[in-house]
Amino acid sequence: MGGWIGHVLAPTRYLDAASSEPLHPAARETLLAALDAGWADPRRLHHPARSARLLLDNARAAVAEALDVRADEVTFTASGTEATHRGLLGLAAARRHVGRRVVLSAVEHSAVAHAAAWWGTPSEVGVDRVGRVRPDDLVEDCRGGDVAVAALQSANHEVGTTQDVHGVMELGLPDGVPLFVDACASMGRLPLPRAGAALAGSAHKWGGPAGVGVLVVRRGAAWESPFPADDRTDHRAAGFENVPAALAAAAALQAVVAERTEVAARQHALVDRVRAAAAAIGDVDVVGDPVGRLPHLVTFSVLYVNGERLVTELDRRGFGVASGSACTASTLEPSRVLAAMGALTHGNVRVSLARGTTEADVDAFCAALPGVVAELRA
Amino acid sequence: MTDGALELDCRGMLCPAPIIELGRRHAEVAVGSVVAVVADDPAARYDVPAWCRMKGQDYLGEERADDGTPRYLVRRTG
Repeated sequence: MGGWIGHVLAPTRYLDAASSEPLHPAARETLLAALDAGWADPRRLHHPARSARLLLDNARAAVAEALDVRADEVTFTASGTEATHRGLLGLAAARRHVGRRVVLSAVEHSAVAHAAAWWGTPSEVGVDRVGRVRPDDLVEDCRGGDVAVAALQSANHEVGTTQDVHGVMELGLPDGVPLFVDACASMGRLPLPRAGAALAGSAHKWGGPAGVGVLVVRRGAAWESPFPADDRTDHRAAGFENVPAALAAAAALQAVVAERTEVAARQHALVDRVRAAAAAIGDVDVVGDPVGRLPHLVTFSVLYVNGERLVTELDRRGFGVASGSACTASTLEPSRVLAAMGALTHGNVRVSLARGTTEADVDAFCAALPGVVAELRA
Repeated sequence: MTDGALELDCRGMLCPAPIIELGRRHAEVAVGSVVAVVADDPAARYDVPAWCRMKGQDYLGEERADDGTPRYLVRRTG
C-alpha cells in the first residue's frame, strides 16, 4: 500500500492548480478532526447526529462569511459540476413557462455547456481576442421572451480572463432573465461577484477536498429543483451530506480568503514571468488578458508543436502542466475556449500556480521551456 | 473551387502536422498568390486562421474540396 502510493507521488513541480489545488493545511487538520465527529446523519435527533448537524451548520456559516453571502443562501453539493447543474438548471426550472433557451458565453466550462444542451436550446455569445464577453452582447441575446436563464462565468478556467459580471447586472437582463455565474475557477481566489441569482464553486480548486461543491442561490431568486427531490437538511441538495469534507472545505476557504491579497499579488507577478518567458521563445501565442485575469493562471500555445508531447516532455523534466489541445483530449475537437477566442489550439499549455508554488519553481519552468520547445521543433 | 498556386493535401493528418506543412511550404508561392490547405482535422479550422494572424498572412476563408474535405485558403503577403 505505502509502496504503491510512493510510486504515484514522484517529485514534480506541480503547475496545475486550476485542475486541483493541493489540500490546504487548514483543510487537512479540520478533516481529520471532523472524521470522528461528523459521521452521523445530521437529520436525526440523538447526540452523534446533533454533533454532525452542528458541524454542517458551522461549515455553512463559515462559507457564507468567506463569500460575504447569507448562510441560508449556501448549499453543499457533491461537486462543482453538481453545483453548476443545480444552479443553472434550478433557475431554468423555475421559468419553464417562459421557454427553454439558455444563453451562455462561448467560453463557459463544459459542465455549463452540457447542462444547457441537456435542458434546452443553447444560444452562445461570442468573445473577443482575450476571451471576454461584451455585456451588451449577452444582454442583447437575452431578448426574445423565450430565455429561461443566462450563464456567464466569473473567470475563465482555461485562459484566466475575468468576465464583467457586474457590467451585465448594471445593464440589466431583459424580461427578468436570471443570471447564473459559474465561479468555480475564481472562488476563494477573487471576491465573489456581487451579482447573479445563483453561483457555483468547487472546493478542490481552492484547497479543500474533492467531492464538495458550493451552490449559492440568492435570497429572493426563483429556484426550483430540476432533479428529483430529497428530504435532507437543505431542500436544494440531495443525498447524504459529507459533513467532514464540507467542514474541511469551509476551513480551507476561510484560510485562502484570509491570505489571498498576499498570495494573489505574488502569483500575479510570477505568472507575468511565465508570460514573458513564453512570449520570448517566438511563434508562441500567449493567450488571455494579461491584466484582468485570475492571479495564478496562464495559457500559451506553441506553434508547430504537439501539445501532448509538450506536456509529456515537461512532465519528464518534473513539471506538471495541463493542455487544451485536441491531442490531449478524448476527442479530435480542440478546446472550445481557445477556438472561440481565435487562439492557436495546438501546442497548448496551461500553467497554474498552487499556493505552495515558489519563485524557484517558476524560474526553473521558465528556464526549461525554451529548450523543450526547441527540441520538439527540431 | 478557388484556384490555389499551391495545394497542400493534409487529409488524415492531425494538428499540428497541417500547420507545419503550411509553415514549411507557403513561401513556395509568389507574394499575392494563394495556398490551399486541405485538411480534415477539426483543429485546422481554428489553427489555419491563427497561423495567419501570428505570421501576418491573409486568411481568405474556408471552402470544400471535391470530396467534401474542408479547404482553407491563405494568401501570401510577404
